[in-house]
Amino acid sequence: MIELVSAERCIQCNLCVKVCPTNVFDKTEGGVPVIKRQEDCQTCFICEAYCPVDALYVSPFTDEAVQVDEEELAAKGILGSWRETIGWGPGRQKLAALDQTPFIDRILPPRPVRAAGISDVKVQTS
Amino acid sequence: MSKHKNVSLTADVLVIGGGPAGAWAAWSAANEGAKVVLVDKGYLGSSGATAPGGTNLLYLPPDKELREAAVQARLKSGGYLAEAEWIHRVLDQVYINLELVEQWGYPFVRDESGTPMRDHLQGPEYMALMRKVVKRAGVKIVDQAPALELLVDEHGVGGARGVLRQEDGEWEVRANAVVIATGGCAFLSKGLGCNVLTGDGYLMASELGAELSGMEFTRRYAPSPAYSSNTRSRLLGWATYYDKDGNPLNGQRNGDFLATKLLEGPVYAIMNKADTPEKQAILRKSHAIFFLPYDRAGIDVFTEPFPLTLRYEGTVRGTGGIRIVNEQCATTVNGLYVAGDAATRERITGAASGGGAFNASWAICSGTWSGKGAAEYARTQSLGAGERNLRPGGKYGLRKEEQRAEQSASVDTRELVKAIQDEVLPLDINYFRTEAGLTESLGRLNELWPKVNEQTPQTSTERVQAREAAAMAATARWMYTAALARKESRGAGLHVLAEYPETDPNQQYRLLVSGLESIVTRPESAAHPAVAAVANDTAAVQSAVKEVQAG
Ligand SMILES: Cc1cc2nc3c(=O)[nH]c(=O)nc-3n(C[C@H](O)[C@H](O)[C@H](O)COP(=O)(O)OP(=O)(O)OC[C@H]3O[C@@H](n4cnc5c(N)ncnc54)[C@H](O)[C@@H]3O)c2cc1C
Ligand code: SF4
Ligand code: SF4
Repeated sequence: MIELVSAERCIQCNLCVKVCPTNVFDKTEGGVPVIKRQEDCQTCFICEAYCPVDALYVSPFTDEAVQVDEEELAAKGILGSWRETIGWGPGRQKLAALDQTPFIDRILPPRPVRAAGISDVKVQTS
Repeated sequence: MSKHKNVSLTADVLVIGGGPAGAWAAWSAANEGAKVVLVDKGYLGSSGATAPGGTNLLYLPPDKELREAAVQARLKSGGYLAEAEWIHRVLDQVYINLELVEQWGYPFVRDESGTPMRDHLQGPEYMALMRKVVKRAGVKIVDQAPALELLVDEHGVGGARGVLRQEDGEWEVRANAVVIATGGCAFLSKGLGCNVLTGDGYLMASELGAELSGMEFTRRYAPSPAYSSNTRSRLLGWATYYDKDGNPLNGQRNGDFLATKLLEGPVYAIMNKADTPEKQAILRKSHAIFFLPYDRAGIDVFTEPFPLTLRYEGTVRGTGGIRIVNEQCATTVNGLYVAGDAATRERITGAASGGGAFNASWAICSGTWSGKGAAEYARTQSLGAGERNLRPGGKYGLRKEEQRAEQSASVDTRELVKAIQDEVLPLDINYFRTEAGLTESLGRLNELWPKVNEQTPQTSTERVQAREAAAMAATARWMYTAALARKESRGAGLHVLAEYPETDPNQQYRLLVSGLESIVTRPESAAHPAVAAVANDTAAVQSAVKEVQAG
């Protein structure tokens, strides 16, 4: 769910308000948008892609609100990371132009040859 | 919420929904010289199932043998409910349209021989481009404008009305032809991009008498992180699955494996079949959104286990939807066309999922055809939409003055939605379908049905949500009614009834459902070639429809 509109970064362009498919934000008079209907957020990350100044953070947790620390997110380079991945923003190459999807079948894993039921690995799953 | 803006427009063609199907429909109608308005619940460019992630496409070079082989393979996997002619039409049309997409600036990568790889589209890029193209074609786009109901008179559909949810206002568009492109219905299960898809178009069309088809082919769930939304799951092909004790499980992402195991306990995966940095880099530059929820939760998917769940996808990656009666994707309602996931995709998918390639190409082609058909229909109408004596056609989940006066009880929309979800989301009802289980569930849904008109929404947002609840309740009832009427299992697992595990050759037909108070089902022959009627010739459509009914 959407967790952060950074008042420090936001330039009040209201693009996030416009593009959010489920209408989570509200504009405010002369201020930054507010997260008005957080429970309607569908965790699609679209608002992040459109924000021109990386002021938004969508947490991956779809069903629960979590506390976030803006400074930490910024320090770790997470703010704006989705926009960077899809290659939006000045000087970036678009993901579409680098798309490897048409070639992933070349590295398909071989069909499983493991003896049925016998495990060679055991992993800690918490 | 200050302005209370109202918008009233007249056009030749109104397109409802701005996913790929709606975008192509609007572009195509405008290309025919029609004056076009497109409304979207969210925003053309970011809204719907394609925009956040992307889609692989059914796309083959014009090589006769290659295409014929693909067609034959699909006819078989689709339980022989698809039609070869229609799959060929899609292959032909999508080839043309994807060339256009490249000309418009989509940067398809090329292989070593320089051939552009046009079988995958990154969602944000594709849909941002489509918005530009649609605008340039002269289409008037109205965003954040959910349609609530169609307008109608004795001639057929005549537009629609809805709310401007960011202005607490209303809109009304009068148009002699309407294309419904509102996507499928995924019951607010929080799959990627899918919470705008609540079956609104089905309900609107049904209120005007349109039929639905293939609603039994809705047994479809997608793997996602247990805690997150990403249902793009093809990359799980590189995963090994584990139980909670870390024992590897033998199984594939498709089929009953995950559903069965998840009913037993938690299931985890590790992407350890992508076992070199090179492979990992390739995957990261393919379905990039796959990695986002894991990266953000601090999980290294290539070495660490992550928990999975299955999210219900309803008709989005099921194949049911509004019935089409001709090559331009007309419905049985005059002037009403349908495209994309809002339409049944059985003509090309049969009883198999269209997710993974067919749906995306269908959205492009059905959009193109319906837009053209709608423009041609509008051109032949002598009476302007503005002069027609139109009335709103909605009956369910809408706040109406007369209803309010009579109302005593008030039903909470969120509780109603939860009650509907309790019938359609559980694996043990909707995945492991039994005649007994579905019958009971349908009984409960029928009891819920009158409650859709006991909601008392006040704000624009609440009005949209109340209408969505009504649409989901109707969709669930159509699904289970159709599922109970198909007493067999057919195709690639999209409909299975435990009591009838075999395919019954006598049920090799498509199932139509219609009606809201009481639901009627009847078969439609799939062997019958596409009902070839001209969209603007109503008599031809009707006689063709009769012919199908008779045959
Ligand atoms: C995660 C995921 C991955 C997928 N991958 C593939 C793939 O690889 N290959 C493939 O072929 N298919 C795939 N699909 C399916 C594919 O995305 C859809 O078939 C496609 O998006 C359908 O396009 P559409 O325009 O009909 O609907 P959508 O793209 O869903 O758009 C529907 C639009 O209608 C709008 N709308 C809804 N209700 C209203 C209303 N009342 N008023 C106004 N507007 C409304 C919505 O806001 C939305 O913009 C995938 C689906 C998902 C969820
Ligand atoms: S898109 Fe970014 S900059 Fe624009 S209003 Fe939203 S948060 Fe602020
Ligand atoms: S993640 Fe999607 S639904 Fe949530 S606020 Fe952003 S755009 Fe809206």
